[in-house]
Amino acid sequence: MLSQSARYFIPEPSRWPIFGSVALLSMALGAASWFNGASWGKFLLIAGVLILFYMLAGWFTTVAHESEGGKYNKQVDISFRWSMSWFIFSEVMFFAAFFGALFYMRVISVPDLGGLESQQLIWPGFKAEWPASGPGIKEHFSPMGAWGIPALNTLLLLSSGVTVTWAHWGLLKNNRMQLIWGLVMTIALGMTFLGFQIYEYAHAVSELNLKISMGAYGATFFMLTGFHGFHVTIGTIMLIVILFRCVAGHFRPEHHFGFEGVAWYWHFVDVVWLLLFIFVYWL
Amino acid sequence: MDAAHAHGYGHGDHAHHPSGILRWIQTTNHKDIGTLYLWFSFSMFLVGGVLALMLRVELFQPGLQVWRPEFFNQLTTMHGLIMVFGAIMPAFVGFANWQIPMMIGAPDMAFARMNNWSFWLLPPAAILLVVSFFVPGGATAAGWTVYAPLSTQMGPGMDLAIFALHIMGASSIMGSINIITTILNMRAPGMTLMKMPLFVWTWLITAYLLIAVMPVLAGAITMILTDRHFGTNFFNAAGGGDPVMFQHIFWFFGHPEVYIMILPAFGIVSQIVPTFARKPLFGYSSMVYATSSIAILSFIVWAHHMFTVGMPATAQLFFMYATMLIAVPTGVKVFNWIATMWKGSMTFETPMLFACGFIFVFSMGGFTGLVLAITPVDIQLQDTYYVVAHFHYVLVAGSLFAIFGGVYYWIPKWTGYMYDETLGKWHFWLSMIFFNITFFPMHFSGLAGMPRRIPDYALQFADFNMISTVGAFGFGLSQLIFLWVVIKCIRGGQKAADQTWEGAEGLEWTLPSPAPYHTFETPPVVK
Repeated sequence: MLSQSARYFIPEPSRWPIFGSVALLSMALGAASWFNGASWGKFLLIAGVLILFYMLAGWFTTVAHESEGGKYNKQVDISFRWSMSWFIFSEVMFFAAFFGALFYMRVISVPDLGGLESQQLIWPGFKAEWPASGPGIKEHFSPMGAWGIPALNTLLLLSSGVTVTWAHWGLLKNNRMQLIWGLVMTIALGMTFLGFQIYEYAHAVSELNLKISMGAYGATFFMLTGFHGFHVTIGTIMLIVILFRCVAGHFRPEHHFGFEGVAWYWHFVDVVWLLLFIFVYWL
Repeated sequence: MDAAHAHGYGHGDHAHHPSGILRWIQTTNHKDIGTLYLWFSFSMFLVGGVLALMLRVELFQPGLQVWRPEFFNQLTTMHGLIMVFGAIMPAFVGFANWQIPMMIGAPDMAFARMNNWSFWLLPPAAILLVVSFFVPGGATAAGWTVYAPLSTQMGPGMDLAIFALHIMGASSIMGSINIITTILNMRAPGMTLMKMPLFVWTWLITAYLLIAVMPVLAGAITMILTDRHFGTNFFNAAGGGDPVMFQHIFWFFGHPEVYIMILPAFGIVSQIVPTFARKPLFGYSSMVYATSSIAILSFIVWAHHMFTVGMPATAQLFFMYATMLIAVPTGVKVFNWIATMWKGSMTFETPMLFACGFIFVFSMGGFTGLVLAITPVDIQLQDTYYVVAHFHYVLVAGSLFAIFGGVYYWIPKWTGYMYDETLGKWHFWLSMIFFNITFFPMHFSGLAGMPRRIPDYALQFADFNMISTVGAFGFGLSQLIFLWVVIKCIRGGQKAADQTWEGAEGLEWTLPSPAPYHTFETPPVVK
């Protein structure tokens, strides 16, 4: 018989998944009702979100205990590495759908609406120049410039990539102060990024008249930056969880995939931002 | 109970495990979860089947008899959604759960707890879909493809369908990550990639496809949701968008999706045919490469679903040729199955009958696929019953027959008892005959121009439709035999040997029948 530590860890029966399922069911029912005018829907939605957070907290606590309890051997560690890589790949494909929509609108649908046929028959006077809203939208807006806050945000996120790597070096050298301060700086940079992003949205709506309803540009701008911001939020929450675990003394130089997985995710979010900066703000 | 981990799995002490319904809700055992997937799939198969029979009732005669047209459209839509996402896909995941750990010599799936969640996300999604029939405006009637602008205009039922798809997508992504990780990291010592059973190979590639395209579907339906409620204009020309863009994004998901529903079927057939031909699979490595080629090609053929929306001739030619190219690796597979049978000592137990039926009828569906790949022909046949015939030949006689074959093949290992061979044969022959009575006439009505997704039709199509409806009811009732066989087999019967089939090879046959709750806790060594 192999010893417990050499055997692949298989968890006990768990009650957490069913909480997650109930949470998603009430979120879906709540959101669908709310969007269609039933005001009680939002309470169901909030209830679902709370259950989801309860489930995540419980599930992550269980995982942290198992990890610190030495149940995850080398083979389990490799499983985590594979799974995180594939998860990030799935996220890449999610963003690809929205980048695809952006390129399709810029290269195909907007130029086509300004083409000769459309000009003559349907939308006289529509100029197909990016940034464009759409021929049926009479309001005007100004696009978001690249070299103000967005450039600053690029700098912030790139620096946060550096600080999280510095924290990782600290963890590898078993220098806990470097690890913790590196994480604190990364979280601070992430939160500053989010603060700027909120400020930028307020500025867009109030001064540039740039709203999500502003056709092709408005939809792609807000959906791409919005989903990115949502991912930065998730990444920041994950970093905070990891920070607490580091403060509590978790992770060892040779066993810390929880940290690395979050760092991978953070770099992924960083790369998405670079693409956003180039294709949404700059070009 | 999760906080305390006094005893891990595998100490032979299972007394603390919950019993009754809680066992199934909290289970982290791949066999339990596989069983859940298979029963869920069969229930949804019955629900989707009843919806199909409701369609056939209306189509029995021309004119509007039974349903309002808008309700008819809800039925077609929900039949498609439920069969694709509720019946076929979960059935294959059920097989993956039961078989992959046993076939590669792993103690369980790589992430047993997440495995539980992958399954338990499906019932909420099913609830959302079924509930949507009862909200104002009814279920979504936009077709399973939920094309804009239909889907941007429907009632609340559409939102429920969108959220159901989101949840099922999350379930598929988690399930696929689990399967890929299990295959890549949990193989027994000596089980190299090119020694894996072909079912495992096909699932490895299917899981990759799922992870690549389910997020794209999530993106597409999220855009629908924001177009509906948050003022975006992705699919509205007045706002610079384009309804055709939805079709591009959807089919970028949708075409790999049809291979997601057939590759595991290829895998099952590739297990069954060598067993009953008592010969090793002909051209194992070419099977692996063919499967990979099909997966890669599936990403560059999506626009053959939309030849009539208007696209440059160059694009039409590209998508036509790329589509036809898929016939090459598919042909390799069919050739290899037949070459495996060549000079084999063949017997025709029920799994083999379904596998042979699969090869024969799936190939017919493949040929009509080639016909539809030809752009000028497709422009004539787009949205006719010819298309309906084509994809039911590959999805019912393809995916579903392989699922039945797989159940008959492995159920002795799962229950420890032999199924009733006579009833199994009845199930096969009745399914095969009624399937063809139902769907073969659709080729003719489609060629003659009968449009799909319409509750009423011109009088000249009456005879073909009457035959189809009779066949559909026969097919539906035949499936009750299957239910009977399965229940009978679970309750008892002739004891199954460990090596249930004389010619079967693979690690799962080295285990006792029924397979114990925990298997391969110590990995076997594969030579």
